[in-house]
Amino acid sequence: MNDAQMLDQGTAAPDAAADEAWRRVQLARHPQRPRTLDLVPLIFEGFYELHGDRAFGDDPAIVGGPARLDGVPVMVIGHQKGTDTESNILRNFGSPYPEGFRKAQRLMRLADKLGMPVVTFLDTAGAFPGPAAEERGQAEAIASSIKLMTGLQVPIVAVVLGEGGSGGALAIGVGDVVLALENAVYSVISPEGASSILWRSRDEARVAAAAMRMTAEDQLDLGVVDAIISEPGEGAHTDHVATAAAIKAAVVSALRGLSGRETSELLATRYARLRGMGSYLETGGRSRTQPGPPSLRRRIGRILHLPGVPRRPRWSDIWPSDDADDESERGA
Amino acid sequence: MPIKFPFSRRAAPSDAWTKCPACDAQVFNKQLERAQRVCPSCGHHFRMSVGERIDLLLDPGSFEERDAGLESVDRLGFVDDRPYPERLEASRVKTGLRDAVVWGVGAIDGQRVAIGIFDFRFMGGSMGSVVGEKLARCFETALAERIPAIVVSASGGARMQEGTLSLMQLAKTTAPLVRLDAAGVPFIAVLTDPTTGGVLASFASLGDVIVAEPKALIGFAGARVASDTVGEELPDGFQTAEFLLAHGFVDTIVPRAELRASLARLLRLLPVAAVDEGQPVEPERGWGPIGALSGLAERLGGAVGDSIGIDVDPEAADVGGNGSGPRKAPTTAEREQER
Repeated sequence: MNDAQMLDQGTAAPDAAADEAWRRVQLARHPQRPRTLDLVPLIFEGFYELHGDRAFGDDPAIVGGPARLDGVPVMVIGHQKGTDTESNILRNFGSPYPEGFRKAQRLMRLADKLGMPVVTFLDTAGAFPGPAAEERGQAEAIASSIKLMTGLQVPIVAVVLGEGGSGGALAIGVGDVVLALENAVYSVISPEGASSILWRSRDEARVAAAAMRMTAEDQLDLGVVDAIISEPGEGAHTDHVATAAAIKAAVVSALRGLSGRETSELLATRYARLRGMGSYLETGGRSRTQPGPPSLRRRIGRILHLPGVPRRPRWSDIWPSDDADDESERGA
Repeated sequence: MPIKFPFSRRAAPSDAWTKCPACDAQVFNKQLERAQRVCPSCGHHFRMSVGERIDLLLDPGSFEERDAGLESVDRLGFVDDRPYPERLEASRVKTGLRDAVVWGVGAIDGQRVAIGIFDFRFMGGSMGSVVGEKLARCFETALAERIPAIVVSASGGARMQEGTLSLMQLAKTTAPLVRLDAAGVPFIAVLTDPTTGGVLASFASLGDVIVAEPKALIGFAGARVASDTVGEELPDGFQTAEFLLAHGFVDTIVPRAELRASLARLLRLLPVAAVDEGQPVEPERGWGPIGALSGLAERLGGAVGDSIGIDVDPEAADVGGNGSGPRKAPTTAEREQER
């Protein structure tokens, strides 16, 4: 390969990656993509929807209730997006308020009490960020959902159907097995959000989507997702029945793998799965137990009580404030 | 020629003054340092470095840093206006830290604690794999040594440059808290300015006691994200420590001057549960819901389409690794061929 070819690849590749990533995001958001309530009747028998968080209200952006999976009682919980403007307004575009997560928690506790496995379906752009959600403790609702799921004494299988949008997805997405549909995406923040924070413009969402590596294959590679469920034809939106059949087979298979385990083993494996998330280097850098030995200047200074010499070494000597807070560095 | 006193203070740097963002007063930096970075005229709490926090909260000479060698890696090859490794290096140079959290074991008024402290100056205190790992180890040490855990947060949330690996740190830092509950070990969350996003949506909201500093920005969605999404300006005063106190999400707001004494009191009032030698710390549930599931395999057995080829065995899944899962997705080329 000559230099010109390499140069050409170097400039073309990011565009191609952005196009492909964006194509997947569009598929994951496709208006005809099957939603939780489209799939539930095709996968389970006798789904009985339960409502309300028993504290504030009922959030239509999360649905759930008991059902049977090939005769076995399970608890089904999922985000619910709408299919048209009217239903999307009713469902708040699948973005839950705190009461949605608290309803999910209530249903999970019931599953825990009765020993029913939990099956969750993730499909949300994210938890709703408005003032009312903040007022009712959006962050607390997500945090306590995650905590509840890490300690739930029944098997959990989570399936990413469409958009796995950040904390709002993870709040019902902690599982012993996490599956994803082929064209599902999973990300720490929406590509638009990342674009607006990191690129300071909402126009770089395509680039952000590629940079965050949010496709199902990427998530499999990162270990966030355990297996990918193939979609029929051009995507799940083309055939809801075949999509449901593929999901059912995968969920049944996953639950079969989890059945018969002791509670302690189940929880230990789930803990190890979460505990292993992430990648970092252990460089063996020396940990500090003291902010460094006192210098000669400091020792003399201390004895003589000279001005400007601290009486003892301080941690703030090695990690001081620089009074130049960088407001631009933001997280999600 | 001026006579130089050998132990003179450093020549006053050009930025010897800091303007208080709350009351516009000009504060001498030395004065600010002596006042624990609280504005003497209006009480505004400036952000603190991790070093200043340690000096503020822990008994002199008691703090031992742990796991200082953990370093972030660029698993995604993430580039925005500059590559992630460059951002990391810039933050390392700026702060002298390796990542946004320092954790260790120390004592507050003689009481040993496992404590993790964020430094907002390191990439906005954002939580990536290293921050999550350090906090998980902090909680696990609190569990093993049966000492209280404390985390002082100052973070914009999950670190976008590590993608969903950062998101998974929400679960990684939360999972050990379930074990602390079972073992009877308290966890105190100290929320300082700012505590938002994924950090608030995980351990920071789950303290047995949650203490906040006055006027600290505390909220789930960044104001920019919220106003972009909702398309409206947000009301003033919302997402402050006072707002959360009013709505029942923090226990108390403590001015910085009283923070150390306040934590010491709480630690005395909330001791680690006594262990009864005769009782297991984590009792197995006497009746087994899993037992009821033992027939699940047989009952589901006939229905499984092995032809689909998905047989998920979580033990075979490479935990946190490169996804040697049961079935790799077809590459793009393979999918093209199928069509």
